[in-house]
Amino acid sequence: MFTLPELIFATSLTMFKVNPFIVPLDDIPVLDYPEFRDKVNDLMADEGCHCVTYHAVPLGAALRFFCCIASDHEKKLILLSHEQKASPLPVLDSLTLSHISFHMFEREIREQYGVEFTGHPWMKPVRSHNLDGGCIMQDTGMSPPSSRILHPYSFYSIEGEGVHEVGVGPIHAGIIEPGYFRFSCNGEKVLHLEIQLGFQHRGIEKLFVEKQSGIQRAILAESIAGDTAVGHSVAHAQLMETLSGITPSPALQCERIIALELERIAVHIGDSAALCTDIAYQFGQVVNEALRTIVINTTQSWCGNRFGKGLVRTGGSHYPLIEGIAGMLLSNLKEVEERYALITHEMFTNPSVLSRFEGIGKVSAHQAGMIGAVGMASRSSGVKRDIRWSHPFQAFSKYSYEPVTLHQGDVWARAMLRKLEVEKSMQIIRDLLGGCEFENRHVPVYDFSLPASSFILSLAEGWRGEIMQSAVTGEKGNIIHYKVKDPSFHNWMALAVAVRNQEISDFPLCNKSYNLSYCGFDL
Amino acid sequence: MTGALLAIVSAIFFPGIILRVKSIAGGRKGPGILQPWKNIFLLFRKSSVFSTTTSFVFRLAPAVYFATICCALMLLPFPGIPSVMGFEGDFILFAYLLALGKLLFILGAMDTGSSFEGMGANREALYSMLTEPAFFILFGTLALLSGHLSMQDIFSHFQFAGEFSLITGAIAIYLLVQIAMIENSRMPVDDPKTHLELTMVHEVMILDYSGVDLALIQTGTNLKFVLYGGLIANFFMPVNTYWLSATAAVHSSPFTVQMLAVLVNALIFLVVQAVFSAAIGLMESFRARKKLAKNPQFIVTLSSIALIGFILVLLLTRNLIR
Repeated sequence: MFTLPELIFATSLTMFKVNPFIVPLDDIPVLDYPEFRDKVNDLMADEGCHCVTYHAVPLGAALRFFCCIASDHEKKLILLSHEQKASPLPVLDSLTLSHISFHMFEREIREQYGVEFTGHPWMKPVRSHNLDGGCIMQDTGMSPPSSRILHPYSFYSIEGEGVHEVGVGPIHAGIIEPGYFRFSCNGEKVLHLEIQLGFQHRGIEKLFVEKQSGIQRAILAESIAGDTAVGHSVAHAQLMETLSGITPSPALQCERIIALELERIAVHIGDSAALCTDIAYQFGQVVNEALRTIVINTTQSWCGNRFGKGLVRTGGSHYPLIEGIAGMLLSNLKEVEERYALITHEMFTNPSVLSRFEGIGKVSAHQAGMIGAVGMASRSSGVKRDIRWSHPFQAFSKYSYEPVTLHQGDVWARAMLRKLEVEKSMQIIRDLLGGCEFENRHVPVYDFSLPASSFILSLAEGWRGEIMQSAVTGEKGNIIHYKVKDPSFHNWMALAVAVRNQEISDFPLCNKSYNLSYCGFDL
Repeated sequence: MTGALLAIVSAIFFPGIILRVKSIAGGRKGPGILQPWKNIFLLFRKSSVFSTTTSFVFRLAPAVYFATICCALMLLPFPGIPSVMGFEGDFILFAYLLALGKLLFILGAMDTGSSFEGMGANREALYSMLTEPAFFILFGTLALLSGHLSMQDIFSHFQFAGEFSLITGAIAIYLLVQIAMIENSRMPVDDPKTHLELTMVHEVMILDYSGVDLALIQTGTNLKFVLYGGLIANFFMPVNTYWLSATAAVHSSPFTVQMLAVLVNALIFLVVQAVFSAAIGLMESFRARKKLAKNPQFIVTLSSIALIGFILVLLLTRNLIR
């Protein structure tokens, strides 16, 4: 599977049909900024394309920008690059003007390196809300010029009779992570929602560079977002393996996907419960919670951790899926499947539940496309975007997966998508268990020799959506830059769009229907 | 007096039964019946913390809220034994005592200056306002049917098993249950369990209260529930002691018969309260709460149902068409 990447040089674009892909830095054509911008505009004109990442890497005295665009239907990844001098700080024309989905990437680059983007409509910091020097600057070791410190940051405000603002957070009641939401409301109706995150910034990307041992990095990958431990671990493991030239055995690939799908099932069922909680439908809540427990306990019986921490490792596994565990997995899944079918039938036929789900928090396919939504957020709005299908990784490369999409784009669609995806995931697990020979006895590899001066990018479809991890190695074969992108990075904007013109009391329901990650965003 | 005392007795079990029924419906064992009161007593032992932005209104609100409910309790009728303060037209006082408590409560919530509490107060005021016509049309109907104006007399002359009072009784019980749910901020208009500030109605208004004040509010809320339960129970209690006289009185003195009647009525009172609380527990377990925007619509339907009952009684008592 991970043989030499198929490199196609076509008009100074670098295209890859494999995931993850590795390419020597010297082989990536460096474009002028205007040329880069035109190419991006050409590619993004196709609605089936979305930006996977656009970030900058300091290389010597220069800043090297990498932009990866994924084409969903042509199933390829296109890497574009341009280079700017780090000093004086470059000033570039903003891409956000033509493609809104770039707004977050450009804001992040500005926050991290001080690059100015002229014409960007909303140059708000991404994570450093306190802005007394900024938390990211510390990561990159660059001190920001005082002119771009926004303190105090003024939120968007709407004025008029009856218009009022409601601020929620950053500390919430219940078990929600910290995040600040500022609503501009007219009575009960939300006119605008502005989201400020970054309260849990831990400097993950910096830690990936600092930590030299493979095991530390593996544990770090698991901690990016607690509810996506397996998703991020898979993305990290396949990145390290591709980088060091290890090919995981088919059994190991199957195990990872089974773990990934188990995580998807557990979170989707847990979210079904949470959606019921938010509408005070106790019956749905308790039944779904009980089912989720069965699933996470199955993961625990397999690897000792309910969230699958410690399960996915580079080059091997400490917890091979032996026959006894496979049998338990199948019988537990069968039970969960039957009971979940019953409770979802109850849920989706109960009029009081339907009246809370239907038509609430609508995001159209057009909006989802503009935002660059990925994963569940895109599929529930009718945009077919699934890495398991478009850029298959691990065991998916030999498994033809067909994603589920719903066109409604409301809370109902997001709840229903969970039900359908749970069914699909169960089928995947059964197929993989049936088709794989589990004789994997490889132990994990934690010491690697990495190729020098290479760029690598790895994609995985976690339960929330597309997880991207990318690294750049230096001349000595050490990792000099690591970039993580949780699907929430794109999808928070979808939430802000979803609650527009909705009742403010429906915000918690919309929020839960997306269940985006705070810490995955904050890094 | 008996009505008020029995209501207080049932208040001891009321919140516990709701909680327990919800727990059992949710497949859990649930806490003991007295747990809600243990929590309240715990709060009574704690001191209150006040936000610096609040004024005396905020501190006054819990006391007034509690006091008005206690006063309203004094109006609770019981067959054969007059309520403490009953008089002609006392149901108007009953409604406005509760409204006074709510008014202070709403002012207290606005006093904090919090945008959440403002929203909650706004919603609570709207719902109370919309519930009011339903309550008055209902009591107007009952007064018309019985020809009396005090709650004591209305219920004394209201014979549940009578000719046309059966359907009026059914309408009245349905309305009182729904009004009790709305006034006490339960499902389907409000979710007492929610942790989401933005969807709360009543819960968000008490966010700033702590210690003794919170305990007073929670005690008041529990009493308010049994207050409505007590009104409902009055529909079920055999008004007169005829049937008792027919069986037991042959060999007993009139005093013994009356005592027996009170005992039977008291038992029925408690059973009705228990069934009421269990019904609330069940109603809250198997359905979702309403979308907030649909709540006013729902509450207005109660008034229309009350109006239908009123017209029905007008027809039946030949006041409309002679």
